Amino acid sequence: MTVPGAWYLVLAAILFGIGATGLLVRRNVLIMFMCVELMLNAVSLTFVTFARMLNDIGGQASVFFILVVAAAEVVVGLGIIVAIFRRRPEATADDLHMLKG
Amino acid sequence: MIAALLATPQPMSVHLAHASAWAVFAVGAVLILSGALGVVLLRNPVHCALMLVITLFGIALEFIDQSADFLAAVQIIVYAGAVVILFLFVIMFLGVDRRERFMREPFRGQKPLAVILGLITLAEILVLSRVGNWSTGQHGVAGDLNGPGENIQKLGQSIYTRYLLPFEMTSALLVIAVVATVVLARQQSRAPSELTKDEQAGVAAAAADKAEAKR
Repeated sequence: MTVPGAWYLVLAAILFGIGATGLLVRRNVLIMFMCVELMLNAVSLTFVTFARMLNDIGGQASVFFILVVAAAEVVVGLGIIVAIFRRRPEATADDLHMLKG
Repeated sequence: MIAALLATPQPMSVHLAHASAWAVFAVGAVLILSGALGVVLLRNPVHCALMLVITLFGIALEFIDQSADFLAAVQIIVYAGAVVILFLFVIMFLGVDRRERFMREPFRGQKPLAVILGLITLAEILVLSRVGNWSTGQHGVAGDLNGPGENIQKLGQSIYTRYLLPFEMTSALLVIAVVATVVLARQQSRAPSELTKDEQAGVAAAAADKAEAKR
């Protein structure tokens, strides 16, 4: 007897909403990146919940791949952020308008 | 695993297992939501990174509550260990552990609009999950979750047989990511006269920003 899956799904939806709002509200590129991580984790929680509800190991295998992609994404994203900050110290997301053609 | 151990078929421990599953869920939910709100609301990027750790621990707790033991361990090692340390390293490396500098809004009323948009997103997800009929009843091809054997054993069997090609492709993805990061982070030392026109404009704008911040 465990907690019904719907509770986990609602929790994941709220976490996803907080992450999406933070991505829109914050200006610091690093914190926007952390909000992306929040959204990724919300999706991971959804996958694990559905794996349990549908009795299918495929959901947990998907989370394994999400972890790998998230690790690669963090490495490349932080590399880009370091490159941006090296050129323009104290850059915010708005300062990237210089990427415009 | 803990839930499975507690869920022995004796009538006395059924109530205990039920209560403990709810307790683990509630503690995890509080950790997740408080950490997420901290990431969004706190000013200092270092505090945000530490709040992110709290959220990630909460997620690992919910994984344990749903008998995803291996993923809970990997979640803590990879996310709370490697990823957040990388974040903190970059924050310290760049020296941006100060408050966000005051800036004029380029787009008036953007923050309230963003909050409204976030609430709409949340409402949409919840409504869709009530209305939609997502599960077709078709049985999955990856294997049962509740079959015999340990969780990690079944997960490994699934990844190394049915998902072998995606698994091989993740190795290529990681190599590409490492090479890309090395290329991005390589420092080219050039004289100011060798900079392109746009780069000179960027350096000038940064100097102007610094002068403005000092004023």
